[in-house]
Amino acid sequence: MLDADFFRRWMTATAASVDREAERLTALDSPIGDADHGSNLQRGFTAVVAVLEKEAPGTPGAVLTLAGRQLISTVGGASGPLYGTLLRRTGKALGDAGEVGAEQLTEALRTGVDAVMTLGGAAPGDATMIDALVPAVDALGDSFAAARTAAEEGAVATTPLQARKGRASYVGERSIGHQDPGATSAALLIAALAEAAGE
Amino acid sequence: MSDEQLVGIVLVSHSAEVAASVAELAKGLAGGGPVVPVAPAGGTEGGGLGTSSELIAAAAASVDRGAGVAVLTDLGSAVLTVKALLAEGDELPERTRLVDAPFVEGAVAAVVTASTGADLAAVEAAATEAYTYRKV
Repeated sequence: MLDADFFRRWMTATAASVDREAERLTALDSPIGDADHGSNLQRGFTAVVAVLEKEAPGTPGAVLTLAGRQLISTVGGASGPLYGTLLRRTGKALGDAGEVGAEQLTEALRTGVDAVMTLGGAAPGDATMIDALVPAVDALGDSFAAARTAAEEGAVATTPLQARKGRASYVGERSIGHQDPGATSAALLIAALAEAAGE
Repeated sequence: MSDEQLVGIVLVSHSAEVAASVAELAKGLAGGGPVVPVAPAGGTEGGGLGTSSELIAAAAASVDRGAGVAVLTDLGSAVLTVKALLAEGDELPERTRLVDAPFVEGAVAAVVTASTGADLAAVEAAATEAYTYRKV
């Protein structure tokens, strides 16, 4: 069973990994976006770790809804409301249980990913974070490690795609050949989930 | 007509200057009627390019006279942040609506319409209708 501590570890591991990879995320965002994806997410997840320490929410659902709320208010770019909605809706779907099972987490994450698709209007194949998140949720039924691999493969698979959403969509065919920064950061989030689980 | 009946307008842009200038333009073109509460919410809190949910929430609270608030946005994170705040439920005044409209033309239409004492639905319709005006 997964408790509030597990979800805090997930967020802390995500923040650490975003810190490490911020420059790479921004470099991916430079040719097709506005070159701020790494610094925006770094600011957001630093704030998430700070607020989780300060308020110490006691349930998995409360950890994720608080983290999501913090991302919406601190990121400043489109990734804030998108990741914020992902975590908030996942947290809300977990309800107020003190511990949740892997199956419950999978279903809650699916709810969160659906909410992101509704908010951003993106579908699989549009070269967005969705291309990492959907396969990750599908693989989460097998194991956390399988979800990590699926997310990474999903992110790499955005390279030949033409971006159809967000700032990258304005550069049209020139987005082809670039791995999507949002799918890349989504893969970091899922890798941190596996790390929190010790896989 | 009392001030209480006027719809408030919030203009959300990635740039503080764009939001403030469009607010000035729209107010300037609204002319004689009662002064519509219009608040710009542009850029990040640090003064950079981007969107701030705090600035948006503060702007919406400042123009709320009880008749509803129409929010117009430019692109990308401005749209997504307002949608996410609306989904939160308690971040924006009751009867706050994200209006689907071109930013400059929609802002002028919204402010002019609101200055006639029109309700939120009429303000939204006028702003959205600005999309139908073709320039060539």
